[in-house]
Amino acid sequence: MLLISCPYCGDRPEIEFTYGGQAHLVRPADPSALDDQQWAEYLYMRTNTKGVHAERWRHARGCGRFFNALRDTTTDRFAATYKIGAARPDPAASEPTPGTAR
Amino acid sequence: MLEPLARIPPAFSSTSWMNPLPPATRLLFFADRAARAAAAGAFPMPVTEEACRAHADGARACLWLGPDEYLLLAPAEPGAARVQAALTAAVGPLPHALVDISHRQVAFEIHGPLAAQILNGACALDLDPAGFPVGMCTRTALAKADVVLWRTEVHRFHVEVWRSFSPYVTALLTEIAGALPAAH
Repeated sequence: MLLISCPYCGDRPEIEFTYGGQAHLVRPADPSALDDQQWAEYLYMRTNTKGVHAERWRHARGCGRFFNALRDTTTDRFAATYKIGAARPDPAASEPTPGTAR
Repeated sequence: MLEPLARIPPAFSSTSWMNPLPPATRLLFFADRAARAAAAGAFPMPVTEEACRAHADGARACLWLGPDEYLLLAPAEPGAARVQAALTAAVGPLPHALVDISHRQVAFEIHGPLAAQILNGACALDLDPAGFPVGMCTRTALAKADVVLWRTEVHRFHVEVWRSFSPYVTALLTEIAGALPAAH
């Protein structure tokens, strides 16, 4: 079973978590000042990264909190998890070397 | 008029490894550090910020569920309203939320040397005493049901489950225990 490390509770089985989409999206301060294209970009356009992706997760069946994670979308390997509000960590520093066990 | 609790027949009975626990006062308490410090005068509160730990004082206990989220357990008497009033008075104007959920959940104990093994039949947590020591508590998934699990002794777990899920949870655990010959 895949273990996900909740920043509050530690390593937990993946069935306790739900995925929350791309992280670090900032809602425009004044949405009414945007045109339709810019608003659509904010609402719908996501990066669809192949590789390390910053995304939100929620420990829905545990502490209930949202947090952010860096996950490699090709290997499903979590490089880091961090609390909402924290800066995105450098994936190169914390990502295990390919081919080595976690 | 009957008390709401009295109208609901017990969903399960005692076995060699499971004890239903009597009705209790249960409160959900959302409070930051300042509000928890103020509440400590009215209810036992943990002194540390450590995650997933229960703080028991006699028959009352305060279980960490999430950051700033706690489950307060107390005997059914003198009633949730009294505990709630005392806490509200102690916390005063500090921001907090205090909700009576006494009737939402029922509790039972899983005990005996196979307790962890029985729970692990439906729960993916590492329940080895090294990974889940005495005093640790958490909300987690027991198959399809959400439960609060609290290890009160090495071979004793306190399980809180929503009332409507309790027949499912107890039937499932009974089936799991039945597959372990030594549980009988």
